[in-house]
Amino acid sequence: MIEAVGLTKRYGAKTAVHNLSFQVRPGTVTGFLGPNGSGKSTTMRMILGLDNPTSGHVTIGGHPYRKLPNAPRQVGALLDAKAVHGGRSARSHLLCLAQLSGIPERRVDEVLGVVGLQDVARKRSKGFSLGMGQRLGIAAALLGDPQVLLFDEPVNGLDPEGILWVRNLMKSLAAEGRTVFVSSHLMSEMALTAEHLIVIGRGQLLADMSVRDFIAANSADFARARTPDAEQREKLTAALTEAGGQVLPEPDGALRVTGLPLPRISDLAHEADVRLWELSPHQASLEEAYMRMTQAAVDYRSTTDQREGLMQPLPPGVQPPMPVPGQGQPGWYAPPPPQQGGQPFAMPQPMPQATGPYGAPAAPSPGNPYAAPAPAEPATPAPAPAPAPADLTKPEDAR
Amino acid sequence: MTVVQVVRSEWTKIRSVASTVWTLSLAVVVTVALGMLISALTDREFGRLGPADRLSFDPTLISFAGMSLGQLAMIVFGVLVVSNEYSTGMIRTSLAAVPRRGTFLLGKIAPATALALLVSLATAFAAFFLGQAMLDEHGTSIGEPGVLRAVIGGGLYMTLIAVFSMGVAAMLRFPMLSLGTLMPFFFLISGVLGNVPATEKVGRFLPDQAGRRIMQVVPPAGDDTPYGPWGGLGIMALWVLAALVGGYVLLRRRDA
Repeated sequence: MIEAVGLTKRYGAKTAVHNLSFQVRPGTVTGFLGPNGSGKSTTMRMILGLDNPTSGHVTIGGHPYRKLPNAPRQVGALLDAKAVHGGRSARSHLLCLAQLSGIPERRVDEVLGVVGLQDVARKRSKGFSLGMGQRLGIAAALLGDPQVLLFDEPVNGLDPEGILWVRNLMKSLAAEGRTVFVSSHLMSEMALTAEHLIVIGRGQLLADMSVRDFIAANSADFARARTPDAEQREKLTAALTEAGGQVLPEPDGALRVTGLPLPRISDLAHEADVRLWELSPHQASLEEAYMRMTQAAVDYRSTTDQREGLMQPLPPGVQPPMPVPGQGQPGWYAPPPPQQGGQPFAMPQPMPQATGPYGAPAAPSPGNPYAAPAPAEPATPAPAPAPAPADLTKPEDAR
Repeated sequence: MTVVQVVRSEWTKIRSVASTVWTLSLAVVVTVALGMLISALTDREFGRLGPADRLSFDPTLISFAGMSLGQLAMIVFGVLVVSNEYSTGMIRTSLAAVPRRGTFLLGKIAPATALALLVSLATAFAAFFLGQAMLDEHGTSIGEPGVLRAVIGGGLYMTLIAVFSMGVAAMLRFPMLSLGTLMPFFFLISGVLGNVPATEKVGRFLPDQAGRRIMQVVPPAGDDTPYGPWGGLGIMALWVLAALVGGYVLLRRRDA
């Protein structure tokens, strides 16, 4: 059990973490989410007693970390997989950590086997790939067979097999009654691994709830309906609204319908004499819910690359390159709000009009059988916001 | 007890990294070889020394001439032992494993100090005996008054240099910064301060100049140093203590 109360950390004028209170309970995998620079790593470091909080406190099993008796046998952590002396072999690295905590040497070979590094145990870690480094870091966290485990971005650089392995490892550790606290940027991965979520933005708590509640509270399932032309679309919109549904037009001409079950939409369309070219159910993903909630709390937002002055004149007869939808964050289409007024957290900013060359609904998308006259797919959110230039020089945990 | 665990772990850390082993070997080789070379040269040039120089001729000190360069390797060793943790980020893993800063620092410095002491004493004895062999009939023997003290003192001096570097590295954290501070200090600043008449009296109290006093058997002519051999080593030990306390206080206060 990890408990933070009023945790605050300031670096000079910058507040990295502000008045953060939460509990991480044993027996479940708790995901720790937030945009880049939102204070996740700082919080992790404060839990481990590496950074002193400016105010507030955080305890593990009721003790502050620095006072924890035999800490490495109770808490295991993966903070930075690259924090290894490159000239030391994987086995020696784990051996020094084991000796630090009074763990017998044979446990080192055990965990090397668990993470699948037994064949490179005596190789210098300098030559390790990112994924091998992650495995070594996970091995270090497992050394003391601890009841509390912290993982900062554990699946970074792992291959699909490794990601699956980490997912099952986390789940089995939690199933054994341990406390597992995992931060990640990979929403799809979190949706599969975590049962509970703690979401922070700009160092403040945005949500502390189960994954299911989080999705329900921040996004809603909807149906997508598509009609052959604008006239029928108007008719359908009127009929659905009359029946109590909420209808939201999408940029490519489809309609997002909430509040009505699929068969009812079909019936209403039939009664209104409207033909449907598409009627499909859409389940809100954790990613959508997360994007919606953290929209206002993103520090580093990518902009569209204008390439001003860099455009080469095209040789005659060459088509200009097709813009890729989804570039530049302002272009993405927000999922519908969860019912009317049901937005307890960060209100999203008003939908920005797509202005960049990539956001303009100009490019006819080839080979989409459902969207005959309609252009471009709705832009999807860019997966990872690029850091601001000032941030490029230092890694996230150097702050 | 946790300190024992940290000591065992630290021993593994030193053993398993090539750079620490190499710098220690380098300290031995440089000190002994340079001492032998200068002793051999002095032996050849002895006939040309003036009477005053012959009177204050100190064969023991001559055989330790390599130490001025060998100590640089000791500085590198001391810095690497501590700052390797910081440059790799391993410090966070280590401190997560041993959250008590005092235990951690003690466990880190103790085995490195023991190792440095062992190597330094061996170096001092090797440098002495091989140097005396080169000096031939101008040399001295370990049985002469003050000589054994000077040889053991030479070993202690090198050890304290290494521990001082560990303390400074614990304060400054990063290897380049620590080396960039310590190298010019011992190689340039200390020498300049000690040779300019205006600052000579202050320079005497710098760690290396005070500590080096213990390697003198025959005091130079007109010597007015206000402390004896052990007094000098004591002054150096105070410097070392100050560096270690500074390192501990900063380690405790600072975010890792």
